Amino acid sequence: MSQNYRLENIGLINRKKKISFKFNKKKYYGYEGDTIASALIANGVHLVGRSFKYHRPRGFFGAGVDEPYAIVQLYRNNETDPNVRATEQELFEGLEAKSVNCWPNVNFDIGAINNFLRMFFPAGFYYKTFMWPRSFWYKIYEPIIRKAAGFGKASIKHDKERYEHKYEYCDILVTGSGPSGLASAYAAAKNGAKVILAEEKPRFGGSLLTSDVNIGNQSGHEWADKIISELKTMPNVIVKNRSQVFGYYDHNMLVMSERVSDHLPKTEKYIPKQRLWYIRAKEVVISSGSIERPLVFGNNDTPGVMLSSAAKEYMKIYGVLVGKKPLIFTNNDSGYETAIEFKKNGIDSIILDSRKNPKSDIITEVQNLNIQIKYSHVVVAAKGYKKVSSADIAEISEDKKNLGKIENISCDCICVSGFWTPTIHLASQSGSKTSFKKEIDAFVPSNSKQNETTVGSANGIFSLNETINNAFENGHSLSKKITNKDNKVSIPTVVEKKTSSHDKFWCVPLPKGKNYKRFLDFQNDVAVSDIELALREGFRSIEHVKRYTTLGMATDQGKTSNLNGLQLVSEVENKVVPQVGHTTFRPPYTPVSIGAIVGREIGKHSKPTRKSPIHDWHEKNNAVFVDAGVWLRPRYYKQGNESLFEASKREAKNVRQNVGLCDVTTLGKIDVKGPDSAEFLNRVYTNAWLKLPIGKARYGVMLREDGIVMDDGTTTRISENHYHMTTTTAQAANVLSHLEYYLQIVWPELNVNVVSSTEQWAGAAIAGPKSRNLLEKLFPDKNVSNEGLPFMGYTEGNFFGCNARIFRISFSGELAYEINVESNNGYFMWEKIMEVGKEFNIQPYGTEALSTLRIEMGHVAGSELDGRTIPFDNSLEGLVSKKKDFIGKRSLEKSAYTAPNRQKLVGVVPLDKKTSIPEGSYLVKDANAKLPNPKLGHVSASCWSVEYDNPFSLAILKDGKNMIGKKLFALSPLRNKKIPVEIVSSHYVDPDGKRVRS
Amino acid sequence: MLYIKCPHCGLRSQNEFAYGGDATIKRPNLNQEISNTEWDNFVYLRKSPRGRHLEFWHHISGCRQWIKVDRDTATHEIFNTYKANEEV
Ligand SMILES: [Zn+2]
Repeated sequence: MSQNYRLENIGLINRKKKISFKFNKKKYYGYEGDTIASALIANGVHLVGRSFKYHRPRGFFGAGVDEPYAIVQLYRNNETDPNVRATEQELFEGLEAKSVNCWPNVNFDIGAINNFLRMFFPAGFYYKTFMWPRSFWYKIYEPIIRKAAGFGKASIKHDKERYEHKYEYCDILVTGSGPSGLASAYAAAKNGAKVILAEEKPRFGGSLLTSDVNIGNQSGHEWADKIISELKTMPNVIVKNRSQVFGYYDHNMLVMSERVSDHLPKTEKYIPKQRLWYIRAKEVVISSGSIERPLVFGNNDTPGVMLSSAAKEYMKIYGVLVGKKPLIFTNNDSGYETAIEFKKNGIDSIILDSRKNPKSDIITEVQNLNIQIKYSHVVVAAKGYKKVSSADIAEISEDKKNLGKIENISCDCICVSGFWTPTIHLASQSGSKTSFKKEIDAFVPSNSKQNETTVGSANGIFSLNETINNAFENGHSLSKKITNKDNKVSIPTVVEKKTSSHDKFWCVPLPKGKNYKRFLDFQNDVAVSDIELALREGFRSIEHVKRYTTLGMATDQGKTSNLNGLQLVSEVENKVVPQVGHTTFRPPYTPVSIGAIVGREIGKHSKPTRKSPIHDWHEKNNAVFVDAGVWLRPRYYKQGNESLFEASKREAKNVRQNVGLCDVTTLGKIDVKGPDSAEFLNRVYTNAWLKLPIGKARYGVMLREDGIVMDDGTTTRISENHYHMTTTTAQAANVLSHLEYYLQIVWPELNVNVVSSTEQWAGAAIAGPKSRNLLEKLFPDKNVSNEGLPFMGYTEGNFFGCNARIFRISFSGELAYEINVESNNGYFMWEKIMEVGKEFNIQPYGTEALSTLRIEMGHVAGSELDGRTIPFDNSLEGLVSKKKDFIGKRSLEKSAYTAPNRQKLVGVVPLDKKTSIPEGSYLVKDANAKLPNPKLGHVSASCWSVEYDNPFSLAILKDGKNMIGKKLFALSPLRNKKIPVEIVSSHYVDPDGKRVRS
Repeated sequence: MLYIKCPHCGLRSQNEFAYGGDATIKRPNLNQEISNTEWDNFVYLRKSPRGRHLEFWHHISGCRQWIKVDRDTATHEIFNTYKANEEV
């Protein structure tokens, strides 16, 4: 298909590079620098989608970020992106896009039946209709609405593209590279400030690219190019195009999304698709410009009706005609500029101006060009279904209430201009108050909340001369505050055409007997009649009207509809617009990809992965890993076709019979140093610490202030004022913060320092009856006999040339030791122990065997210390000192905590000695009692006892103390299990603790 | 994201900090005779005001010092920050 609407000698596209692309499976050509929109218009394509509610045909309304219609589904690099604005997406070779919101296709849309049924779709239709019967909602209404609604489909595949985050700091962030942004950035940069200039579009210059002005004796466009190229050479300036600052957050933090590769067929290796910038700026200059407002008339959503500024932009930037028989409908001088541009390209237009007798330079120029102007005329209704083919026009009375005789004139597009709306989203997001500026019928930022300054047309200033002067001064004064420099650049002279004031008129009355839809919100299909209905039904607050009618709630966030909606409410309600107020602007200003928000923190990178220095050995030896907090720990070491159950049983058995080796590097370790360390530990732990001798370890329990157990572990006195504390893997970070809290805030008088040493030490537990024999071989010159190194003893040794700490502590309940060496020697230590231990049948064991061993010994761990239990519940009351005070002690006096039938740790064995009890099962008296069956306790941990070869569980049970020997049921409704059980002592194996002391 | 001035390190982003609760609460002394009500108030009762609030923050990914932050919970304005042992 040929580009029949392409102009020859105008535009900023690269005509040397022709690009082919597909839209709705049909092939077209465009040029490098085109958007999907400009290339389609060049090919005469104006039907791109269907509207949200009525499925009316949709074309192009704008030429940029404000586009409410032309939303497409994009296919790129075997991926798909929904909700892409065709007016922003640049062409690349092989691009494919499809219409959304229409089925089976854009030309024949079944949903368009909604359009003929539209009397049934008034405001609040969904709220009113789908209320009853209730069950219908899930089964019938919702699936149908879902199918018909929405703009495109999100991909369900994993997004393989790369997205990055970047943090940046600057003195001044300038959001927008139009005249006000360029001038502010230039003045600030020249005064030594660190500046970031962000432009949402591919090309810098904003309105200067399309307006007919002169700055410093050159065209506005030339001036913009010159300023940008100079800024790009300055080391204190970052200049970014395709970068949308979309959110203004607390403390001058702004977030910008940079579309790094979206305009390329494929992302290059190591280059992200998009980059999210978190920018902390000392000052922000909001130079986001303004968006042209639509005029409202019958069928004003017909394809071919578009903003006059967009028509001009398509000509000047893309060399594309939006029509060859344009009708221009305006209430201000902007429409005239578009008419002049049409004329320059050989196209005669007709201007309808709602004003009676406006006078200005630009109108004179149009008159001299012999362009036809009809004053006091309006478009009553657009005609044509899939494309404008003519317009009903009429003269309008001075009070704008009555229409004259209706006349039909032929046209192929209607370019509308209802004046300009400042883009105040960012200023409003920052918390700024806004004020209504009567001269422009729009809101502008008033008092700045944070360090932001709004300049140019974003601040309601439409004179270029005033804008340039203000912006230069602002850039200078803002930078001066920061850099304390005073380098001023000279302000260029500005030549622009004088304009006359706009007409406050914006909504054409309906002609008698006609019931045209007059749309306000083009994306959500909200018409004038919907707002009127909402007001008749009693909605008053603009926030309620918005939600009831969905005005401004579409993905374009009402960029073109908000103000007209407010004007309508104020007219119907007979209020002035500032009384009505406006709805809250919230970030993001434009839709942001989920991928960009997530960044690189996906999959394995969503949290850090910590590996012990011995990790590679585990990997080589068929370890199956499990996440333990952020650590990866071997769960078991698979031999042959072993299952988890078989392997862990083998490993645990070997510990009970021979000797096992477990990587305990992940345990939290905290160095406690200082003369008051013992006193501090005495306050932190529930048991007594003042008399622990050097070279001895002690088991301790620490509580929160509410009496709940926080963590447990052993702490060893290394020397006079030096203790080595261990915590559970999961609680390591919390315990350190907890200790720091008490040292820094509660007891600053204590002379103690704490620091994490988890990563400094690699730890290996050797456990089992043969562990002493092994230790003797590992430390041949040390006395590690029961007398030389008794239970809970500590010594230091030389491990084949490495410094080693040897602790005689046990989690498995067997005779056991823990050896620590400096982390970088961890791998060496492990291999050496495995080598030396061979003759004792040593085997590594993972967390699963570790659990089995501790459960059958009745040692508590995370599943019992679950943030809900006190020492008594865990049978740790023997460790609670009656003599001294400690953190949380006072809470233990609570009546619930001292109740005679208080829950307590018990053992649970199934009566059949075969059925494993699922963790989390409830313990009840009667398995078949009426629901809710009173719960007596819950099973916290289960294992297969290797000692007795039957299932064994730990449970926290009400009145557990007096329940030993009782028969109960373990219920697991999730697994549909009712298991008869007997309650036994939690110390299932070696109840007297002989083995650890042997 | 808040921008918090650690009195030890300077201005740092919120993601380096952990929130630590009401900084006006004083822990009763050790071994102090205290009624159940007083103790429960210390453990559980917090005001959670809308407006100015003195808070603890922990510079967890920085100097690991607990600091006090005088902050408006509604506007997020930070009026001042203090070292843990500074009286406000
Ligand atoms: Zn700090």
